Amino acid sequence: MKKSSQIIIFICSILMIGAFFLPFWKIILEAPQYPEGMQMKIWLYKITGDVDNINGLNHYIGMKMIQEDEFKEFKIMPWALGFLIAFGLLVAFMRKRSLLWTWIGLLLIAGGIAFYDFYQWLYDYGHNLDPHAAIKVPGMSYQPPLFGYKQLLNFLAGSFPDWGGYLVITAALGIVAVAVYEQFYRKREKLSVKA
Amino acid sequence: MKKARFFLVSAVLFALLAGTLSSCKPKKVGGLISGDAAQKVYVAPGELDEFYLFTSGGFNGQLAVYGLPSGRMLKNIPVFSQDPMSGWGYTEETKPMLNTSFGYIPWDDSHHPELSKTNGEDDGRWIFINGNNTPRIARIDLTTFRTAEIIELPNVGGNHASPFCTENTEYVVGNSRFSLPLAGKDDVPINSYEENFKGAATFIKVDPTNGEMSIAFQIIVPGFNYDLAHAGKGVSKDWMFFTTYNSEQAHSLLEVNASQNDKDFVMAVNWKKAEEMIAQGKGKKIPARYMHNKYDENSHSATSTEENEVTIIMAEDMPGLIYYMPCPKSPHGCDVTPDGRYIAASGKLAATIPVFSFEKMLKAIENKAFEGQVATIPVLKYEEVLAGEVPQTGLGPLHTEFDDKGFAYTSFFVSSEIVKWDVEKRVVVDRAPTYYSIGHLCVPGGDSKKPSGKYVIALNKITKDRYLPTGPELTQSAQLFDISGEKMTLLLDFPTIGEPHYAQAIPAEKIIKNSKKFYKIEDNTNPFVAKSEAEAKVVRNGNRVDVYMIAIRSHLNPDNIEGIRVGDEVYFHITNLEQDWDVPHGFAVKGARNSELLVMPGETQTLKWNPDRPGMFPFYCTDFCSALHQEMQGYARVSPAGSNVPLTFSGGANAAE
Repeated sequence: MKKSSQIIIFICSILMIGAFFLPFWKIILEAPQYPEGMQMKIWLYKITGDVDNINGLNHYIGMKMIQEDEFKEFKIMPWALGFLIAFGLLVAFMRKRSLLWTWIGLLLIAGGIAFYDFYQWLYDYGHNLDPHAAIKVPGMSYQPPLFGYKQLLNFLAGSFPDWGGYLVITAALGIVAVAVYEQFYRKREKLSVKA
Repeated sequence: MKKARFFLVSAVLFALLAGTLSSCKPKKVGGLISGDAAQKVYVAPGELDEFYLFTSGGFNGQLAVYGLPSGRMLKNIPVFSQDPMSGWGYTEETKPMLNTSFGYIPWDDSHHPELSKTNGEDDGRWIFINGNNTPRIARIDLTTFRTAEIIELPNVGGNHASPFCTENTEYVVGNSRFSLPLAGKDDVPINSYEENFKGAATFIKVDPTNGEMSIAFQIIVPGFNYDLAHAGKGVSKDWMFFTTYNSEQAHSLLEVNASQNDKDFVMAVNWKKAEEMIAQGKGKKIPARYMHNKYDENSHSATSTEENEVTIIMAEDMPGLIYYMPCPKSPHGCDVTPDGRYIAASGKLAATIPVFSFEKMLKAIENKAFEGQVATIPVLKYEEVLAGEVPQTGLGPLHTEFDDKGFAYTSFFVSSEIVKWDVEKRVVVDRAPTYYSIGHLCVPGGDSKKPSGKYVIALNKITKDRYLPTGPELTQSAQLFDISGEKMTLLLDFPTIGEPHYAQAIPAEKIIKNSKKFYKIEDNTNPFVAKSEAEAKVVRNGNRVDVYMIAIRSHLNPDNIEGIRVGDEVYFHITNLEQDWDVPHGFAVKGARNSELLVMPGETQTLKWNPDRPGMFPFYCTDFCSALHQEMQGYARVSPAGSNVPLTFSGGANAAE
């Protein structure tokens, strides 16, 4: 492993620490009478933003209240990311390609679980509606998109990474790039040197 | 080097990805105004607007007047609320107008202006407006733009379905948004709602010669929430239609509990039949205390008369009087097409607009196509009365008005838009966003037989970023759309005073021709009038002091008064002697704890004043009436209680010396 690869792995691990101090994901809601939009910011360990306003609106369609202590994930996620960061630093320190690939595997698994879990929550909020709700539109569910925009009645709902999320995604992409480079390009470089 | 290139490529790809993501946001529709909008609303200085627009003041209890298409505000007519600027509700002459069976009430929540009609057309004689909280209906005289009459409605809680009038203003109606037990039988548990609570569809007779109102009868109907109403016209002119929600008869947490039934009702009342039944003696007089207040234009004074009984008929005992038509999801607006053949009702939680056919309704009644009954009142089968549903409209339809080309315009609160649809084909033909959350809407003449096809006005509940911010409390607004073409085009936003619930507009010429310029002094029958300078005087009677004062450019007479004592009750009766257009005079006295006066030419108004300390009190004209307005002033000397300063008064004393 080249010195520069080691440095990049180190930087990427450090970048991920930013996710402890910045929101990870955001849900955006826009409607004609909310030109300024409403945002819900999901952190590793908390929710901020216009949650009260969003809950206030959601009650018309019978959606459950969004409450922080409903999410066990907030207790687990900081530790999980902490572990991944520590592992990254270990990789940078050990400079072993096999460890790097293990780390990428762990990152992918963690990401996969996170998205699956996120989807489950969105599905639950969107479908598990109070049958006594004031507004009931036959056949209508209110599941926000996992990623991107979706029109839900008069609201345009958007779901995107926030700064913390972008940091982790950037770091992960950097790490994958290093791994790909180390695995394939560097070999070829050596070969070309020999030739 | 290669490695650097590799990372560069990765970074570019990542940036591209991020860029694509943020640009996939769906574009917002419409909202842009066309280039010639300014020209269409520009009324050059000195020119007059084409229409009068009357918007309710909502929680300010008043009625505001605007010109269209300019959106310029002309007047805020005091109706149910005190107005210290004009003295409305403060002066001795106007206080009785705000008297109710609950005593003097200086405010209300006014919702729906309704122009009087002749042959189903707005005639420009009067405009009615309801007081929601303390159930009342007011009539405003459109020759003077003054509130001429206010009548209270007994047995009604929340007079919301009001004051819609029949084709020839035979009646204006009221009905309970909050059903109540009948007066005198109302000390019952709230959870006996189903058994004891009733609505009261109130029909108020309007005298065709002078507009005077009197309660003709109340139809006691099942205890739902009666929301809005409109009279039939043409073929359906003998009927009045009311929307009802809360057919669940919930009495708590209605936002949930009154939203459970898939359908509530449109209640069709055959008022001609009710008249017949009353004539046959089927009505019953019951005790009911309510006030009837009238303002006399000659004495410039109001009287408040207590009424003690009302005639009721029980809907459930009168077959053929009332039918319920099922209507989806808590209907709100109830609007009849200009030809009277269709009734559009809006389920405010629904996504379609049901349109009922009057013809089919009559047939269903004839064939007894009933799906059930409420008490003994038949519920007609939905399919048998439905002309059709307008599909894919929007979210939260509230109100519908019509134009002269067979189109309807429905407001959608939740999706914040106006949807234009074809009445016969029942398809949506256009939609326009409103900023934001439209409630009612108004087409000039839009609830009459002769609508104008020029404009629709959106009456919005929320403005947010549309105007300069003014702290937490923002203006509410109206928006003017041109509807002369196929597409609705936004022309103008303009702020409104109070909350504009409903509004009605009428061609200006119908009102201008009858507009009064001033009151004739010789017709003034106010007992405290001073018809000339010579009649100006001050009279003591015990501790009551009456000041008969005149105002004319540029003096008040008397302007020096002495001999008033602490503890006296002083009445300043100000008569404006001017006999010309646009020369009001004001009157104010230092330390007055009620209001000032604004007195029109030929009018007398009285300010009561209780001096509570000795001193010298200046009084003056508060309306800049003339070049020497600042000279229009005087003094009242107040001496201690028991003082023996003789009562004297003068005007122009210095000159006489």
